[in-house]
Amino acid sequence: MEADAKPMKLGGRLCCVCNQRRAALKRPKTLEQICRECFYAVFEEEIHQVILENKLFKPGERIAIGASGGKDSTVLAYVLSELNRRHNYGLDLFLLSVDEGITGYRDDSLETVKRNELQYGLPLKIVSYKDLYGWTMDEIVKMIGLKNNCTFCGVFRRQALDRGAALLKVDKVATGHNADDIAETVLLNILRGDIARLSRCTSIITGEDGPIPRCKPFKYTYEKEIFMITLGCQSLNELSTYAYFKKLDYFSTECIYSPNAYRGFAREFIKDLERIRPRAILDIIKSGEDFRIATSTKMPEQGTCERCGYISSQKWCKACVLLEGLNRGLPKLGIGRNQGLNSDAKKDIKKDDRTKSIESKQCGSLEF
Amino acid sequence: MHLMLEFGGGLELLCESVKVHNVNVDMPKGADKLTMKDLLAWVRTNLIKERPEMFMKGESVRPGVLVLVNDCDWELSGQLDTTLEDKDVVVFISTLHGG
Repeated sequence: MEADAKPMKLGGRLCCVCNQRRAALKRPKTLEQICRECFYAVFEEEIHQVILENKLFKPGERIAIGASGGKDSTVLAYVLSELNRRHNYGLDLFLLSVDEGITGYRDDSLETVKRNELQYGLPLKIVSYKDLYGWTMDEIVKMIGLKNNCTFCGVFRRQALDRGAALLKVDKVATGHNADDIAETVLLNILRGDIARLSRCTSIITGEDGPIPRCKPFKYTYEKEIFMITLGCQSLNELSTYAYFKKLDYFSTECIYSPNAYRGFAREFIKDLERIRPRAILDIIKSGEDFRIATSTKMPEQGTCERCGYISSQKWCKACVLLEGLNRGLPKLGIGRNQGLNSDAKKDIKKDDRTKSIESKQCGSLEF
Repeated sequence: MHLMLEFGGGLELLCESVKVHNVNVDMPKGADKLTMKDLLAWVRTNLIKERPEMFMKGESVRPGVLVLVNDCDWELSGQLDTTLEDKDVVVFISTLHGG
């Protein structure tokens, strides 16, 4: 084997970094062929660089890792605790989980988080919908059926994470959103004509003006690579010399209530694009970042909910509107645009027209 | 040809919730080798019990399904043209479910 020979010539199998070991992965970002050992090192180093370049954390901060028990947050918990130790970030890390109350789904995945708590030695806090709102998702679905249930879950989860973070007195929440997720969200926000979210969704840190900012250390990380980390870890005992390649324990079952979620279509489209041209994912994120919003566009004003004090661009925050609907037996309150909102309910809630959110605009009002 | 097939990330639900399948797959008539393309057709006929569209699209796996042959990304071995050998381990993992 000659040192200057291209790895491609050697059966297309050698790692482009070390030029010694068999390549195990084609990196979607760069199309490089890389072996497992070099991949793990490069993966962690890239996350470290993203954290430094974007100043995601400051020494002494308390950071909650939003932990669902899924692969992204499991790998995030693992990588952050590893980097924190290796590079002396000086962070106090916590795991923060939301229990939506979905039997056979969340109860199982929370078991995974509890195992992560022991594996990584990170304190775990679980906040439940039942405690915060008085309803579990099982009870909500029983009342409203399988339509719009994801709206309730999404709105409630967002707030639940913030409330849990406040209880833990953390400075920031880190979530496991990866590049594929963010590209998906860019597309969804364009499809929905939601300019306010479109302009926020690509930011690596959000909510800096609010009480608890959030950051996404995996913003530039392909889902495929996160999977390769978890997979490699499973078969590592026999393969690797690295001591830390324990099997990463994660939970991978689809939410039993979301088989028809709209996001699924965007997700599939992104995966189709990725097969044709893997860079498409980063390109979509870039497009989202560079999207310019006409200065004449009225953006929703951030205020606070009159009822619970949570940030809201309306008189009441979305969670309070949804909750009011549930408690009064009018579950369609606050769902959708015009359809489904019965006029009685509309009068009752007295939407504040003065700060009418652009999120309620119909598609087609985008200005480029 | 004896192969070990593993399904994960939710794909096991399509084959009666069994994750690991030890199978014997014959080479196609008249062929002298078994490729991933042949194997996928065999899996679809013999192992997938429901919703085959969750697993396949056209003659390949659905985008978002990762394939590893002997712990190696199949994109490095030629995807559908990958030639399989006796005792190979093939892993299929769906990334389409949430994280």
